[in-house]
Amino acid sequence: MDRDPHVCVMGEDVGHYGGSYKVTRGLADKYGDLRVLDTPIAENSFTGMGIGAAMTGLRPIIEGMNMGFLLLAFNQISNNCGMLHYTSGGQFTIPVVIRGPGGVGRQLGAEHSQRLESYFQSIPGIQMVACSTPYNAKGLMKAAIRSENPVILFEHVLLYNLKERIPDEEYICNLEEAEMVRPGEHVTILTYSRMRYHVMQAAKTLVNKGYDPEVIDIRSLKPFDLHMIGNSVKKTHRVLIVEECMRTGGIGASLTAAITENFHDYLDAPIVCLSSQDVPTPYAGTLEEWTVVQPAQIVTAVEQLCQ
Amino acid sequence: MALSHLKSSSSRSNLVKPVAAAFSLRRLISTSTDPITIETSVPFATHRCDPPSRTVETNPQELLSFFRVMATMRRMEIAADSLYKAKLIRGFCHLYDGQEAVAVGMEAAITKKDSIITAYRDHCTFLGRGGTLLEVFSELMGRQGGCSKGKGGSMHFYKKDSGFYGGHGIVGAQVPLGCGLAFAHKYNKDDAVAFALYGDGAANQGQLFEALNISALWDLPVILVCENNHYGMGTAEWRAAKSPAYYKRGDYVPGLKVDGMDAFAVKQACKFAKEHALKSGPIILEMDTYRYHGHSMSDPGSTYRTRDEISGVRQERDPIERIRKLIFAHDLATEKELKDIEKEVRKQVDEAIAEAKESPMPEPSELFTNVYVKGLGVEAYGADRKEVRAVLP
Repeated sequence: MDRDPHVCVMGEDVGHYGGSYKVTRGLADKYGDLRVLDTPIAENSFTGMGIGAAMTGLRPIIEGMNMGFLLLAFNQISNNCGMLHYTSGGQFTIPVVIRGPGGVGRQLGAEHSQRLESYFQSIPGIQMVACSTPYNAKGLMKAAIRSENPVILFEHVLLYNLKERIPDEEYICNLEEAEMVRPGEHVTILTYSRMRYHVMQAAKTLVNKGYDPEVIDIRSLKPFDLHMIGNSVKKTHRVLIVEECMRTGGIGASLTAAITENFHDYLDAPIVCLSSQDVPTPYAGTLEEWTVVQPAQIVTAVEQLCQ
Repeated sequence: MALSHLKSSSSRSNLVKPVAAAFSLRRLISTSTDPITIETSVPFATHRCDPPSRTVETNPQELLSFFRVMATMRRMEIAADSLYKAKLIRGFCHLYDGQEAVAVGMEAAITKKDSIITAYRDHCTFLGRGGTLLEVFSELMGRQGGCSKGKGGSMHFYKKDSGFYGGHGIVGAQVPLGCGLAFAHKYNKDDAVAFALYGDGAANQGQLFEALNISALWDLPVILVCENNHYGMGTAEWRAAKSPAYYKRGDYVPGLKVDGMDAFAVKQACKFAKEHALKSGPIILEMDTYRYHGHSMSDPGSTYRTRDEISGVRQERDPIERIRKLIFAHDLATEKELKDIEKEVRKQVDEAIAEAKESPMPEPSELFTNVYVKGLGVEAYGADRKEVRAVLP
């Protein structure tokens, strides 16, 4: 926001309150009410307003207090945000960033535990990225703001408390690139957002058991970084996808299709995809744990895959 | 001297080619800028504001330019009707004939720095903002010379350099966008306003009231214009809205009801609204207008209203006839001269259609352009997902 006066933030309680997850804390004091806008609870229209402002050249960052609330703005995101550049023959660009926390939290209930990446992935014209560490959160956010395309940045409710030492100076992470978390030889594990931590936990167990998994945080959910993924598949010949999306129509489903089409010849075994169960997220703690993929399941899956 | 006046009048909308023959120098009066005062047809109805004066100042040049532009719009829409029936225009085609006064009156009150956004009945608004007939017909027929390169169609006309933001298919979705445009005007402090047009059908959309609330809260210079043609496709307004007084629906936002068939009433109201918006925030204008065609080309327009009603409006309130009568009343042109203008307009439209018909369809590679800006090198697959591949540019 310092660098570019066109950047502004709009969302519920982003200004005076500092953001429901403190993401925008202090910004309203620094930049004023016109650049950090507290909106009423009207997702459809303030998303529309952000897109309208972007058509003129402003660069709004639109926050959904919880990603699930953006379902109310689906029309604006799909028709106006994604498609205006195309239907106007290239006249208008929509450099918005739509961001917010999503994913399964700690017993937040079904409606506040949604994973919208699966619903948005078909919209032509948008880019989707998911951050997972403080380092890539800063880099992806900056890259998303500077991008001329509409970018949806998926954050995760449970990852806001992570602490990490990151460089003070400016850096950006490439929006279309995946991140190599742990190079390996036996199996490629593709994951993103919170599941990265479950995978790394499982990886510790796997290493003790003698396996050498290669863990890639795909980061870019649309488009997939098929270059890095492909190189990995060509090396290990086995793929495990671990995601928090639901099984039906999720990111994993699309990724499975993309890998099968492009790298079928390099696969020694069918791709295994571990996703959340196709159920609304229950409130009870134990049930909630079973809807989401746990490290033990990842270990079992790798063992089966590598037989 | 008269010709230089002609040039300045033709620069107001570049669809008018400089006329050499039809306007002989005999009638210097027809291009003068001497003021003429006109009374609007009906008084303005107000909600929480004082009405503007019913007396509007204009001049012969403006009157004749209104006539020419409206005649062009009318002819363009009727030609689009024939093209649709000849299957050269496909899909949806929503025609604006009968409502021309709103587009023309609004343009006369504002500059190209102000923004206009409307729904899918956008051909004439696009023309008023400076689009050419060729761009219109090319886009309608899906040719690459169209304003959206043939990729938008009837409902997606845009002209960024003149502040025309479209052209939107989903009812009501353009109103929050319009409030966003007004937000940008306020953010950039450029003393311009945004006009967000919608219909009586869209007036019942929740997002409209959400956006109005935010605009009033943040004092955004937005003017919501309800083009009330009394029918939301096949549903009459009294069957869709508990309160069809759309100018009052803003509650705490002031409103003005205007005779939308009187271009000067529209011009006066828009001027008033622009001043209001720049000073005190949003205002609602309800334009009482009428469309002769059905909702779109697939709607005959007579199953939910009588032919008598349509021809009644055409006889009593037609916007072009009103201008014609004014021109005669002030002795600005003879009947023959106006007929010559109409003939000329018809010729321009026919020429534009002929040229558009010959123009090429978009290249196949255009399928993948403009999906993203500065492409990502992403591979996109054709329908069979094995053979056709294209890298998004």
